[in-house]
Amino acid sequence: MDVRAQIVMAFHLDKCIGCHTCSLACKNIWSDRRGTEYMWWNNVETRPGVGYPKRWEDQERFRGGWKIDGKKVTLKSMPKGRTLANLFFQPNLPRIEDYYEPFDFDYGNLAGAPEGNDQPVAGALSQVSGEPIEQIKGSANWDDDLGGSTLYAEWDPNLPNRELVQKFDTIFMQYLPRICNHCLHPSCVASCPSRALYKRGEDGVVLVDQNTCRGWRFCVSACPYKKVYFNWKSGKAEKCIFCYPRVETGQVNACAQSCVGRIRFVGVVLYDADLVEAALLKKDAELVEAMRGLIMDPHDPQVQQSAARNGVSMQWLDAAKNSPIYALVKKFRVALPLHPEFRTLPMTWYIPSLAPVLSVLGDTHRLLDQGIIPKVENLRVPVQYLARLLAGGNGAVVEEVMQKLLALRTFMRGENLGKPADPEVLSRAGLDREAALQLYRLFTTAGFNERNVIPPQQREDQAPELRRKEAGFGILTRVKSERTDLTQRGGKDD
Amino acid sequence: MSSDRFKDEECRGRCGWEEFYRNRAQYDKVVRSIHGVNCTGSCSWMVHVKDGIVAWELQATDYPQFNAEIPNTEPRGCARGISFSWYLYSPLRVKYPYVRGALLDRWEEAKGRNPDPVLAWQSMVEDPQARASWTERRGMGGFRRASWETVEEIMAASTVYTVKKYGPDRVIGFSPIPAMSMISYAAGTRFLSLLGGVALSFYDWYCDLPPASPQVWGEQTDVHESADWYNASYIVVSGSNVPMTRSPDTHFLSEVRYRGAKVVVMSPDYSMASKFADNWLPVAQGQDGAFWMALCHVILKEYYVDRQVPFFTDYVSRYSDLPFLVKLQPGEENGSYLAGEFLRAEELERGAGLENAAWILCMADRSGQVRIPKGSIGSRWSEKKGDWNLDLVDLVDGAPIDPALSFLGGETAPVLFRFAGSADAVRSVPVHRVATVAGDTLVTTVFDLLLAQFGVSRGLPGDYPADYDADLPFTPKWQEKYSALSAETVITMAREWAENGIDSGGRNLIIIGSGVNHWYHNDLLYRAAITALILTGSVGRNGGGLAHYVGQEKVAPFASWMALAIAYDWVKPMRQQSAPNFYYLHSDQWRYDRPIGDYFPGELGPEFPQHLADLNAKAVRMGWYPFAPHFNQSTLALMREAQAQGCRSDEEIKTWLAQRLKAGTTKFASDDPDDPVNFPRLWFIWRGNAIAASAKGHEYFLKHLLGTTNSSVSASEAAKGKVNDVRWHEEAPTGKVDLVVDLNFRMDTSAVYSDIVLPSATWYEKSDLNTTDLHSFVNCMDAAVPPVWESRTDWKIFTNLARKVSELSEEHLPEPVKDVIAHALSHDSPAEISQRTVCDWKLGECEPVPGKTMPQLSIVERDYPKLYQRYLSLGPKMTRLGAHGISYDTSDVCESLARQLPTRSWQGERYVDLSDERVVADVILSLAPETNGELARRAYQNLGERVGKPLEELARGSENFRLYWEDIVKKPRRVINSPVWSGLVNGGRCYAPFVLNVEHGVPWRTLSGRQSVYLDHPYYALFHEGLPTFKGKLDPAMLDETQGETGLILNYLTPHGKWSIHTTYRDNLKMLTLSRGGVELWVNDQDAAGAGIEDNEPVEAYNSNGVVTCRAIVSSRIPRGACILYHATERTVDMKKSRKTGKVGGVHNSLTRIRLKPTLLVGAYAQLSYNFNYWGATGVNRDCYVVVRKLKG
Repeated sequence: MDVRAQIVMAFHLDKCIGCHTCSLACKNIWSDRRGTEYMWWNNVETRPGVGYPKRWEDQERFRGGWKIDGKKVTLKSMPKGRTLANLFFQPNLPRIEDYYEPFDFDYGNLAGAPEGNDQPVAGALSQVSGEPIEQIKGSANWDDDLGGSTLYAEWDPNLPNRELVQKFDTIFMQYLPRICNHCLHPSCVASCPSRALYKRGEDGVVLVDQNTCRGWRFCVSACPYKKVYFNWKSGKAEKCIFCYPRVETGQVNACAQSCVGRIRFVGVVLYDADLVEAALLKKDAELVEAMRGLIMDPHDPQVQQSAARNGVSMQWLDAAKNSPIYALVKKFRVALPLHPEFRTLPMTWYIPSLAPVLSVLGDTHRLLDQGIIPKVENLRVPVQYLARLLAGGNGAVVEEVMQKLLALRTFMRGENLGKPADPEVLSRAGLDREAALQLYRLFTTAGFNERNVIPPQQREDQAPELRRKEAGFGILTRVKSERTDLTQRGGKDD
Repeated sequence: MSSDRFKDEECRGRCGWEEFYRNRAQYDKVVRSIHGVNCTGSCSWMVHVKDGIVAWELQATDYPQFNAEIPNTEPRGCARGISFSWYLYSPLRVKYPYVRGALLDRWEEAKGRNPDPVLAWQSMVEDPQARASWTERRGMGGFRRASWETVEEIMAASTVYTVKKYGPDRVIGFSPIPAMSMISYAAGTRFLSLLGGVALSFYDWYCDLPPASPQVWGEQTDVHESADWYNASYIVVSGSNVPMTRSPDTHFLSEVRYRGAKVVVMSPDYSMASKFADNWLPVAQGQDGAFWMALCHVILKEYYVDRQVPFFTDYVSRYSDLPFLVKLQPGEENGSYLAGEFLRAEELERGAGLENAAWILCMADRSGQVRIPKGSIGSRWSEKKGDWNLDLVDLVDGAPIDPALSFLGGETAPVLFRFAGSADAVRSVPVHRVATVAGDTLVTTVFDLLLAQFGVSRGLPGDYPADYDADLPFTPKWQEKYSALSAETVITMAREWAENGIDSGGRNLIIIGSGVNHWYHNDLLYRAAITALILTGSVGRNGGGLAHYVGQEKVAPFASWMALAIAYDWVKPMRQQSAPNFYYLHSDQWRYDRPIGDYFPGELGPEFPQHLADLNAKAVRMGWYPFAPHFNQSTLALMREAQAQGCRSDEEIKTWLAQRLKAGTTKFASDDPDDPVNFPRLWFIWRGNAIAASAKGHEYFLKHLLGTTNSSVSASEAAKGKVNDVRWHEEAPTGKVDLVVDLNFRMDTSAVYSDIVLPSATWYEKSDLNTTDLHSFVNCMDAAVPPVWESRTDWKIFTNLARKVSELSEEHLPEPVKDVIAHALSHDSPAEISQRTVCDWKLGECEPVPGKTMPQLSIVERDYPKLYQRYLSLGPKMTRLGAHGISYDTSDVCESLARQLPTRSWQGERYVDLSDERVVADVILSLAPETNGELARRAYQNLGERVGKPLEELARGSENFRLYWEDIVKKPRRVINSPVWSGLVNGGRCYAPFVLNVEHGVPWRTLSGRQSVYLDHPYYALFHEGLPTFKGKLDPAMLDETQGETGLILNYLTPHGKWSIHTTYRDNLKMLTLSRGGVELWVNDQDAAGAGIEDNEPVEAYNSNGVVTCRAIVSSRIPRGACILYHATERTVDMKKSRKTGKVGGVHNSLTRIRLKPTLLVGAYAQLSYNFNYWGATGVNRDCYVVVRKLKG
């Protein structure tokens, strides 16, 4: 047993309103500067849709993630016998058109234009070339709300059937917010020739060391989620840092704090690193269960001891016990990983969304006779679609979750109206009364500090006296000698 | 790669480079502020400042908790809000005062000739060629930077000139929805009020006002805070895209589903809201009312006739007008009757002696005895207090009443019903004979009429539908052809709706919005849905009722804010003007409008005014509606003349003026809006985009009000030869307004088309108050940084303008002068019961009596040299405040404020000094019952006396509650119970409207005192709208918009969008980057393919009103036959030239124009009485069609 701690985010897609506040909370703080214009460490995609960058899930083209190669996994992006040529030519990198050409407008013209014969306008300009753009052709969220459905939604790689989105009568729509998954088995880290990427010991956050990075961009190719970006100005890779300056002080990530749909949960899980290798070799359809198997019961004394041996603090162990993530992923089994078949063991988890009941085509739209709370088989979103997105194609896993959500609703309707529901409703879905009330609370009345349980880092071992008296905070970069003093093992901190 | 690479690297913060991102995340201070944009969000934000620069914002999460059963409200704030910091330092920011170049040139020339600024302005504005040099160039670029001194002098000179030459009612101001920054709003209205200028309404103009609310409830709008959705167990979302437009509130909707609530979304497109539905009903746009009518049919049949549900019948007997008696009048056709007016107490021997007996209604008890219950509007205004309540007790003998809903089982009579789109029906109705002072009369109940109207026969003879499958009004089968929803859907949902009402005690909720309210017959669509709520006992409940969210209309501390905003502390009343009729006439949209009869085929008699402009003239002279300017003469000049002719007292002046109007010596300006003497001359715009987002019929504004050369109107003048009272000018005027001034922080469309653009402080640069109807918190807006560059707060800008106006007045308007204000007969005042019948003095049907048969006339004094000091001083008339007919004493609080707050002295008196917005905030908070518990107690006591119930109990526990500015800077704070509002919030209870009425027997402010299902005003009978009914979308052939056009013609919808709040954020680079970087028109994929239009292709949409250029978004989630251009667009960003006009394309409102519904102009009749933003025709804009084609090729 080799238990480690990881800080994790979960998303309740059924509550996501697709508002993109999270994306801007992130952008304002982290990527609103030269070189990062096109980067959205956090983005939200309309599904069905092709996402950002377009069709990022198509690994036939982008070659991200891992593949099973006999009895081990290897990087898809890395052909055997890596050559020097690869360093300079990366055929699988997304192009700027796959993201979008960032634009701006000549706003100053509105107040500044001389008197003319027509109204002045602020024309579009490219942020790449500075030249005027005749017609904008891409943005960070181009196919929002099924815009251009024939060109984008229909080509969602997860769709079992393109026709579903061709007809007004069968279309459906959901939102998928995405950040870096801070994977347990990150292909970006594995791919870096400079070893600039690393997974932080204290919280599992995956980072690109900005001093070490040489801009090879292997990480960009290797990440199957396309969540590592290349900063053209600094020549370095950059990515979501899980707001470590915030979370290591116990604050909530900007994206989660700003989540007005209240869909996000942040918490700690304890996982057993010894089980990772075996999990990776499972079939696609078994991966969800294998990933759940990595996550350990935080109340188990053996787990706690192993974690403590690895340096996990008491605060973190306590937080793991109160972790909303543990409850959603492991205890209630309602949160699922995004594309587990990429085998990076992503550590963001998603509760799938319900959808309105299908209308039957005819002269008029008819409701199916389905009672107050709908049945899974009538929902407009095909289970198979969600299975491809969140369960390595395993529909049963998705259905189990959907049944729980609907059973919870039926049960609570009974409680609310003083007409208790048949107890079978819960038990058939694998819940009991106590579980239902706990889930209900997490989904609804749980407050900010219940949805986000983030233990701060203890930093007193970093010679605070020395720092305070000699360099101060945030004034001077720490001098090399000091860092050497502070570093007990060979770090990546040059 | 070895797997040890994923072993955790023991960095423990020692990786020095990690400081890279830590430095980025650091900031120097955090200030709480808010976005003053009309979005209803009212979200508290923490603005992070670094190096004295606003770096970013994140939502606050420290709202007070409701009771433990309700989810908390944190966080609030959406993508639009979080992108606001972009504006502060962007190149779009207005950094300095700007003046149109030609205007500045004329000014400098004129000043060279005339050092006196007023004379200088006169010389340039009275020279047509000089004037045209700037009016015709509006919107064409050529701004020049100017100093604050210069622009203040121009504005003040124009103000003083206009007041002197035409009178103050030619100075107008437009600023929308106060609640989001109420002090900034008050800045302009306080100035205008002291001046005698005109404040234009917005809520009715935006069509945010649901006229059905005053019709049914006597209430402007009163709705649930969003947290109360969590108490509902069945929710229908109709015409409201909750996640898109109420983003911070949506979680209550998504979460209540996990409490077991069912959610049904009625939306023609697969909207964001549809995602949260259990059932999505793709209703045909604008036809929701047919569905609701049929749903009510099923409920009446199955839950009122086939079985009786005591919960329902008890509710409608107590809280609706269903038991009230209606007289039947003999009709014209073969012995059938027509539903007439309510039977009044004055018609009964035993009731005739009651005070206001003409305004007291009757019901029958189960024995058939006619009784006179308490609570009618007559009791509201009687000398005797204590009888205005909902007790089922007879007003004459005090005996309890057991009301009869129906006379079924006795005599019946055939009654004629007329329905739009269907044949007339004669349906038998149970009746009763009543002995009145004028002889026997036949009466029935509203309930009996309602069943007949809905076609529920109870075995009675007549043209009743046989069953649900009969295609007759208003069966489930009948509605299919309108709503495109199946009869089975209606029937299933009706049963679920009724059963949920029973199971939950009336927790049926309808969340409704502009998707329904923006249609011509919006009141009918709403009344149909409201009827479904009333029938299931679902109004006045937590979790039940109509939740209409359009516009941030709720100023929580209303009474004190209002008094300050319109300077009641100095002068009363203010000139308040309903914008719909103002703009209809002054932007000359009336000239292009057809006669009323075309909108109501076959319904109008010859005696009714044939054109809306004529009806407006009638409404104005009868005191139903205000109009500015008032008269074809200056009001100041009129008063001088009255005094010169010997009038001494105000009463003499009023009589003199009434006679003069009767004689036609003086005319109402509404009789001749195109006469230059009646033009509005000077227009102040602040906090809004009056020329774009707020200009329905934008191109008509450009042409007639502004006079620019690039208007794209091509409509024909359909009113020619169709108006009688209103004078027709062959040549339509252009460029009516002399000067347009815009206070703005960004170069939006209004700024681009104005003459003077003033740099105003943003919401992160000033202090203000902010409330909304979506929650019960009071929020602060506060300055994270000082106003940047040369910008100033609205309060400071108007302060300085007031100073300059006073300075110039020393020479030009030195003495106090009298002014007369003609204002409408107002709701919530005794004037609301002044016109029992429609009598027009101009037609000789009665005498013109001010305040009775014509407008109220108020004589006030203006003292222009003192305007500035008064502006900044809390005046003496603040000692008694009130709203909605309730008042309370504030003299002791005013006294203590004078000791507590900074003061200023002039002419020997000391006043609270209002220079600092934070002091203004404290004045408002101190004097409002919502934020001062002792005043809440007094206000409840005042209402309690009128009602005859001990209501002050509702203030118990909050006696010592006070809110100050410093409290709300720390965190959002919740208001307390107040009788100005009908909800109750103490003890962590969620706000829901009308629980005060249902739980404490306080009447609704309606004719019956109950919820009004039946409207008995004769105009409603004339239009067959007395009872809930259905009238669908207007016939496109009648709209004069796309005649002779071929190609792709689509119904043009403009619901609120995802990337902007009105036009704000439309030009924000972050929003543009998250959308498609411009203006987009959403079109169905098959419709687009038919017109050869591809996704992202440049297109133009046009009709006779104007042209829009944009790009197409092709999507299968849009229904065929409709297109969506999300409200509201700017014409400033990347706008292409139109193929049709060769000019830059317009805004969303380039394709719209307004059509006013005549039944909404009624006045002086109980709840159908005017009040600002409260009652009146609304600026409907959905019945509109456009041609869509490729921009190139």
